[in-house]
Amino acid sequence: MAALVACIPFSNFANTPQDSILADVKPADVESVSVHTDAEGPALDIKTKSKQHILHHVRDSHDFTFFSDEAAGKHYGFPLPVILWDNGLHVFMSSEFHHGEKAAESNGNYYVLNHHDNKIYKVDGPEGKLNYEHGHEHPTNAKPLDLSITKSVLMILVTAILMLVIFTGLARTYPKNGGIASGFGRFFEPFVVYIRDEIAIPNIGEKHYKRYMSYLLTIFFFIWFLNIFGLTPLGVNVTGNFTVTAALAILTYVITTFTANKNYWGHIFWMPGVPWPMRIILAPIELLGTIIKPFSLMIRLYANIFAGHIVLMSIIALMFIFKNWIGSTLSFGLAFVLSILEILVALLQAYIFTMLSALYFGAAVEEHHHEEHHAEAHH
Amino acid sequence: MEKLLNDFSYGLFFWQVLIFVLLIVLLKKFAWKPILDSVNTREQGIKDALASAEAARKEMQNLQADNQRILQEARLERDAMIKEAREIKEKMIADAKAEAQAEGAKMIEQAKATINSEKNAAMAELKSQVSVLSVEIAEKLLKNELSNKEVQAALVENLLGDIKLN
Repeated sequence: MAALVACIPFSNFANTPQDSILADVKPADVESVSVHTDAEGPALDIKTKSKQHILHHVRDSHDFTFFSDEAAGKHYGFPLPVILWDNGLHVFMSSEFHHGEKAAESNGNYYVLNHHDNKIYKVDGPEGKLNYEHGHEHPTNAKPLDLSITKSVLMILVTAILMLVIFTGLARTYPKNGGIASGFGRFFEPFVVYIRDEIAIPNIGEKHYKRYMSYLLTIFFFIWFLNIFGLTPLGVNVTGNFTVTAALAILTYVITTFTANKNYWGHIFWMPGVPWPMRIILAPIELLGTIIKPFSLMIRLYANIFAGHIVLMSIIALMFIFKNWIGSTLSFGLAFVLSILEILVALLQAYIFTMLSALYFGAAVEEHHHEEHHAEAHH
Repeated sequence: MEKLLNDFSYGLFFWQVLIFVLLIVLLKKFAWKPILDSVNTREQGIKDALASAEAARKEMQNLQADNQRILQEARLERDAMIKEAREIKEKMIADAKAEAQAEGAKMIEQAKATINSEKNAAMAELKSQVSVLSVEIAEKLLKNELSNKEVQAALVENLLGDIKLN
């Protein structure tokens, strides 16, 4: 497994030219691309295209593209199902959008995929266009509720299935091998034990930690696996999507709130050990604090992974912008080092998210003997 | 912030929460619980095994100490027995010697007594024999001497001479 992780940066670069991010800037194709684009309209310079591709990559997408050949206008990948709720269920494949070039028809309604924000808008007919109001970035067309299986949803599903396979497999090896793990899952057993001994028990306490173990273990491996997937040439950016991190942070918040004991609320609304006017001032601050905590969880994970992807891909793009052996080699080296760093960040962010979640749970179930504590502090 | 909010995807949020909660439930049932149980059981087993190994080691030490003690006792007992046996032997030898000496002395005494009595008897017999022989010799001598007158007179003369000397 360690060898696999160590190989990821290599495969990342080995496949970089075919990656969807930079598929159009293959050095060999640069000539033909510019010729091709000249015929259609003003040629986009390579910097603008790199920027567009990077921004496109970090967004969710309605189809799974491995790489595209811009000269031929072809995209290699597979479409994903689109599920819309617009006065009834509409299900069709994303291939019907023809990459945003055509309106897709479903039960008499027409939908268009907007390339700029990757969202689906309703249009009047097969030739319907998006209406942009003056000064607005986004179209004013109606947006149906989009429950599509997007690239991110697909990767979440893949990760979930992978985790189920790995960990139920690990669980099944115990009785077969006399209580000792065997096989591939064995690699993950130390992590499970680490989360129990170093994250859950010290932060939550021996008495209550068992209730939270499933959540902590699931969230740790889920974030870690998705972070690692993000570093592969598949070009998925799930944990760098703030919808996903928001969902995870909200789950942590909900669990904290619903498992909290009397002491926790007591500390928020009526802080013991301080004079009563202070308590009134502290209550809203503490209450706000409970929301800021998961909010910081959400932003931390999202920003770290998002920034990592942007920086890494920008440095890779530099290789094609320099187009000379010194600059490109330098940015290759830089990207290589950064990739290794990102592997560390992938694990670190999963650890931090799990650690802080455990800390919040610990605060929620802590059994205070604070009356004496505060009293002591005062005298 | 407005861009962020516009990027927020309800569909992705819905699927993420649904899949994640489902994943937690499934993993809890089929993975985390058995894994943690197995790990706990194993750790408990290791603890127990270590404790029992320690106990066995202590017991072993006790046994060894016992063995040493028993061995020591046996050695002491053996030494005592050997000593006792030696004493008995020496005593027996001494007793036998004393007895033999006493017996010997007694036998010597008896022998001496027998010899004495035999000697006395022999002396007595010798005396009687000597007296008989002396009488016979004297008789023969007298017969022989007294057959001649002159000799008789000489003898008387002689005897008378002896008495004077006395």
